[in-house]
Amino acid sequence: MTDHAVTAPPSGRSLASYMYDPKFRGLFFQALTLAIIIIFGWMIFDNTTENLSRSNTASGYDFLNGRAGFDIGQSLIPYSSDSTYGRAIMVGFLNTLLVAIVGIFTATVIGFIIGLGRLSRNWLIAKLCTVYVEVFRNVPVLLVIFFWYKGVLGALPQVRDSLALPFGMFLNNRGLAFPKPIWGEGAWLIPAALLIAIIASIAVARWAAARQAATGQQFGTARLVIALVIGLPLVAYFLGGMPLTFDFPEAGRFNLTGGATVAPEFVALYLALSFYTASFIAETIRAGIAGVAKGQTEAASALGLQPSMTTRLVVIPQAMRIIIPPLTSQYLNLTKNSSLGVAVGFPELVSTGGTTMNQTGQAIEVVSIWLVVYLSISIATSMFMNWFNARMALVER
Amino acid sequence: MNTRKIGFVRTELLPAQPAPEHAGSATRWIRANLLATPKDIILTLVAMALLLYTVPGMLNWLFFDAVWTGADREACLTVAQGGAKPDGWNGACWAFVGDRFQQFMFGRYPLEERWRPILVALMFIGLLTPIMIPRLPFKGWNALALFVIFPVVAFFLLHGGSFGLEQVETPLWGGLMVTLILSFVGIAVSLPVGILLALGRQSNLPVIRISCITFIEVVRGVPLITVLFMANVMLPLFLPTGWTIDNFLRALVGVALFASAYMAEVVRGGLQAIPKGQYEGADSLGLGYWQKTRLIIMPQALKLVIPGIVNTFIGLFKDTSLVSIIGMFDLLGIVRLNFTDTTWITPVTPITGLIFAGFLFWLFCFGMSRYSAFMESHLETGHKR
Repeated sequence: MTDHAVTAPPSGRSLASYMYDPKFRGLFFQALTLAIIIIFGWMIFDNTTENLSRSNTASGYDFLNGRAGFDIGQSLIPYSSDSTYGRAIMVGFLNTLLVAIVGIFTATVIGFIIGLGRLSRNWLIAKLCTVYVEVFRNVPVLLVIFFWYKGVLGALPQVRDSLALPFGMFLNNRGLAFPKPIWGEGAWLIPAALLIAIIASIAVARWAAARQAATGQQFGTARLVIALVIGLPLVAYFLGGMPLTFDFPEAGRFNLTGGATVAPEFVALYLALSFYTASFIAETIRAGIAGVAKGQTEAASALGLQPSMTTRLVVIPQAMRIIIPPLTSQYLNLTKNSSLGVAVGFPELVSTGGTTMNQTGQAIEVVSIWLVVYLSISIATSMFMNWFNARMALVER
Repeated sequence: MNTRKIGFVRTELLPAQPAPEHAGSATRWIRANLLATPKDIILTLVAMALLLYTVPGMLNWLFFDAVWTGADREACLTVAQGGAKPDGWNGACWAFVGDRFQQFMFGRYPLEERWRPILVALMFIGLLTPIMIPRLPFKGWNALALFVIFPVVAFFLLHGGSFGLEQVETPLWGGLMVTLILSFVGIAVSLPVGILLALGRQSNLPVIRISCITFIEVVRGVPLITVLFMANVMLPLFLPTGWTIDNFLRALVGVALFASAYMAEVVRGGLQAIPKGQYEGADSLGLGYWQKTRLIIMPQALKLVIPGIVNTFIGLFKDTSLVSIIGMFDLLGIVRLNFTDTTWITPVTPITGLIFAGFLFWLFCFGMSRYSAFMESHLETGHKR
């Protein structure tokens, strides 16, 4: 870089000058790393192929077409023990998604309530919420799962002494029985109407926001949206000739007949994941709201905004910017923690995959399926997060 | 300057004014914190109702109706179930925890050899306490003893097989001992490896950067249980034929790799928060890369991310409970093992055992988080915005 380096005779470079040349040194260390990785990878590959050929294990994904031969307690798609391994893993994947989605929903609701409660000026409420957070944050999630599975659900009455709950539901130690919806002819109108209502609501909200930005006139969007989302499916229900009926579970002498049942394993996993993750979400919410500068609230009250409007128009939108990224990673954690269903026998991806692995011995293939599924979920999440951060980033000079 | 005359300075103190009415009194506090608005009154009433509904029952179950002494399951069964308690009784069975306490601590470690884990625990406490108190000197030597010498001594003491000690195989290890060993090794490995990975991720050299990013993102993207399964079923495949690897070691490798990736991300957060001027200042002083990192960057970066590091430790400590799924008996695993033990099988033993294990986990994790809050305020140098 300096002058004398340029004018130095090119033939006279000593070994030391190479050693102190950052460019050369960088290349050397990279080559060394690469060599180590390649040798290491080759050794692993070599050992693995030798070990596999010694134990006569065929590699490849052909085993996925074989007959599974094991039963799965809960499945969203038709499945029997005659189905293939591939289908068993698919059932597990769908169950993972199911528990993740309902868990995320419940955890968010509980987390918001607890998080806002911790910020409450009411001393008793704030303390209760703090106790909740400190209890659940400091115990392993696996212990919470067992607590629900053994401690609470295991203590439920036998089937003939089922607890009757509202809406025709029953609770006993074989799970939760609830009315099963039966979709008659023309029932597709209802979800279609709901979809139309949601699209229309988004359109109305956009139009109202644009009009308010242009003219300052406000529009009662919230009321219209509620009317649309509840009203349109109702209208569709009556237009379609009331196609939706329910099959209620009936308490017989020894058994419940009719209705649908969710297994206690699912309930335990779902409740544990929701309550556990809610404590982390509560902390995220609290940090986000506490992270909005005090000047913002003061400026809002100086402008004459009511406390409720300050919260809704000034604090929440700014807090969301802080909250969403850690919230997404909590959602991801919940999805990954759903793999602990394997400990109570809930047939999710790791559980059905593990059974497949034990029966076929295809360890590498099954682990690779796990890796691909979980990595795709987390890559999709982080892509969303990057998109969101780019969209929400403060425009700075 | 100081010859200027000052017009008037009051020399005597004003008498203290009486406190405003009710200030500091209990009524005023209750009004401000519990009954400020109608909404607060309703919330307070709801919360009180909830407490009255749950707390007495919980206290009864945990303490007043609980069984504290007994030799076997009959102490915790009702008459109808074939035990001694009146029908309709329900309470915690602490007699079970008392009877199995040794097992919860040491697993199936041989009875006459249990002085060894106890000695290791005493050494650990003896080395950890001085390192946690900021005022005490010789931190460097202390850390060397704790993180380099102690693990070696502890291994020979616990595993035995030399120095005239009887060998105790790892399948016999269990209980809180295993939980603590796994977390200690995880912590001791993950911090240095995590720092190296974080530095590698920030490196200018593409090969090093890409390999670090791949490792971190792959490990962070999958659940720990799949990493443990991988360590359990795939490590033996990766080794040359004929080599075997201890189950305990497999779990250790899995936990340490997993924790390192998370630690790397925490440290990276600290590295990114250091202003560019610090790097440039170090460069202009003529410091090399490792000098710059060791003397200027890391002390500041690590201080910034203490809460994150401790949170990773807490997460690691809790996550060690997952090894019970791959057939090891850590604290949770040994409690679960006892669910099927016929000596103590009753409807209340599982939940009593789980509450006991949960309390121990909670104690450690809560302690760590309190300590991190203390260190944070201790290291605060007033540069916070």
